[in-house]
Amino acid sequence: MLKTYIVGLALVSALACSSPAFAQDSDLAQLREEMKQLRRSYEDRMQALEKRVADAEARAAKAERTATAAPSAPAPSTPASASAFNPAISLVLQGTYARTSQDPNSFAITGFVPSGGEVGPPKRSFGLGESELFITASVDPYFRGALVAALTPENELEVEEAYFQTLSLPRGFTLKGGRFLSGIGYQNEIHQHAWDFQDAPLPYKAFLGGRFQQDGVQLKWIAPTPVFLELGAEIGSGRAFPGNDQNKNGASTYALLAHLGGDIGQSYAWRAGVSHLRTSATNRAFEDVDSLGGLTTNSFTGRSRLWIADAVLKWAPNGNATYTNVKLQAEYFRRKENGSLVYDDSAGSGLFGSVSDSFRTVQSGWYAQGIYQFIPRWRVGYRYDELRRGTSDMGIVNNGLGPTAADFTVLASHKPTRNTLMLDFSPSEFSRLRLQLAQDKSRFGATDNQIILQYIHSLGPHGAHKF
Amino acid sequence: MKLLLTTIIALLATFAYPARASLNVFACEPEWGALSRELGGDKVNVYTATTALQDPHRIEARPSLISRARMADLVVCTGAELEVGWLPLVQTQSGNPRIQQGRPGFFEAARYVNMIEVPQRLDRSLGDVHASGNPHIHLDPRNIARVATALADRMAELDPSEAAHYRARVKDFLQRWQQAIPRWEKEGASLKGMSIVVYHRDLSYLVSWLGMREAGSLEPKPGIPPGTGHLSELAAKLGREPAKAVVRSAYNDPRPAEWLAERARIPAVTLPYTVGGTDKAKDLFGLFDDTVARLAAVLK
Repeated sequence: MLKTYIVGLALVSALACSSPAFAQDSDLAQLREEMKQLRRSYEDRMQALEKRVADAEARAAKAERTATAAPSAPAPSTPASASAFNPAISLVLQGTYARTSQDPNSFAITGFVPSGGEVGPPKRSFGLGESELFITASVDPYFRGALVAALTPENELEVEEAYFQTLSLPRGFTLKGGRFLSGIGYQNEIHQHAWDFQDAPLPYKAFLGGRFQQDGVQLKWIAPTPVFLELGAEIGSGRAFPGNDQNKNGASTYALLAHLGGDIGQSYAWRAGVSHLRTSATNRAFEDVDSLGGLTTNSFTGRSRLWIADAVLKWAPNGNATYTNVKLQAEYFRRKENGSLVYDDSAGSGLFGSVSDSFRTVQSGWYAQGIYQFIPRWRVGYRYDELRRGTSDMGIVNNGLGPTAADFTVLASHKPTRNTLMLDFSPSEFSRLRLQLAQDKSRFGATDNQIILQYIHSLGPHGAHKF
Repeated sequence: MKLLLTTIIALLATFAYPARASLNVFACEPEWGALSRELGGDKVNVYTATTALQDPHRIEARPSLISRARMADLVVCTGAELEVGWLPLVQTQSGNPRIQQGRPGFFEAARYVNMIEVPQRLDRSLGDVHASGNPHIHLDPRNIARVATALADRMAELDPSEAAHYRARVKDFLQRWQQAIPRWEKEGASLKGMSIVVYHRDLSYLVSWLGMREAGSLEPKPGIPPGTGHLSELAAKLGREPAKAVVRSAYNDPRPAEWLAERARIPAVTLPYTVGGTDKAKDLFGLFDDTVARLAAVLK
């Protein structure tokens, strides 16, 4: 580029210097000869210059290598560009290949009110999981901000989390506000890509729609003790299941949580806790079919109270988890719902029309899982889930005048269970391939045998994972 | 319920402060824990988050670390992304404003030394590379001296009433340290030019300080565990260009190192890597005494 420019310049100046108004043929030939020489001499000089530049570069690189090899004086390094203030961005890519014996679209947990979340098994054949985008940075010395957005395979953008967190409150307090994964239970706060199985445990699916997102604020306090003690309280709008959007002033979800944790020697670390979630719903509706197969709509209005007990224990020889480690995790859920239920079959058989009466249920569930990394990169895991439909006291059924228990197909008596086996391989900290086999008896009278292959890839400066 | 909680908290709080030192130090790695003890003496209460038998790259943000960070006045870490997998979480969850990024209570040792092996290109296809260079800075004793000066200043800044104490201790420490360095260099003089195979690139500062040569690493790329394919290649390479020893750190898996050492008919050497890695590496002086002695023993 530079070379052509110089040659061009030389050409113009040569023409300008020796420009008789009407050049004759002999002059022209001479001119051509001069130009040729000029061009040759410039080309030679350019080549010489280029060689000098290349030599200088090589010398500089060599000097740099020797300089780094022998550290002498400290030189604090600070990147000077404006982009240095960009937040840390990382991306998680996920996908599955699934083979299921039952139609994943008809997934339901019999005996439990549908939680509305994306709780079914993955799509059959190849399926894209949620691509999660994490953006975090300090806002200023007082706050940290984070956004977790999920790009769904349905081409939608979902805000999973978008919150600020204080960095400067004294005495162990931290305040979080915005949308965030509630601190209740153990697994709730953990993002899907860091789960040990492809999907959530059954109690999470049945009681929280997979996980509980809070639109609100959270205050946490860490005790100034060597034993870990964390107390937290949350208030929120309660828009997520088991609550629903109620268009009213004030908070409608309250959560309290307490966690204890610590080490046992060098090799064990544990955490255990209890959480309580109190929320309310107004006309939280789900569709059902009555005993004649007609369409019905049931809507619940009332209070929902959930208790969770959680425990996790990790083992690694001398606390070095690189080669082998074990992780045991279990949680117990118990939910009480108290209010009224409206049964409406006017869109279906129209036999009873709209009937309303009291509704009370006490339901529970638990799961336990163990993960064993037997050699570097390879882990096996087993999980057992079980739900108890429990007792339900339905005024509509009890008075014996209207619909019977058989008219609530979704709430039929059933004990959902599931066995899941997992084997995963992580070529590096940033990638994981997983095979998961499950025998899912969530649906009454139908066993779903699932084979799921999954990949999880983390790109960018992937942040730390929770314990 | 409330009463129970208050009792628990009161009970725990009595355990919390065994001896009320003026500065609570949370050290990310044993070398900084040992250095903090050298500089603080009885005026500091040091908690070391990890041990020499734990891979510093693979630490989890355990509940105990969060509660210890909650009580810390000063967090002393390597920095340079070595603790990126757990420390940021511990900091934000601790609810302790004193130890957040950018505060005087957060001390990153790597800021005070010249980093080597700064990658020319940042791409994870090269393995788990650190953007600001090799973070295992403490195995060059000259770096320890630089960090000691900066750390003593920081302690004096955070605890001004004891500033004279920290200044006196760092002066004493540096004097002993500067006397020890030539001794180690003399003992390690024979190691100059010695070719070794390392496990992870965590000994680079040691190799560079003693003028040794790195003939290869058991990990094909940083953070990728050694596989049979790579080990066989390495064995073949050692057949052509022999090395003197296969050297691993105390926290590394002994098997790949022993396998290769047997194949190449050279000794496998275990280095303490940090304080507590071997019986003799009881403090920073012991760490270098033992490291140099174990390497020198290969040539005898």
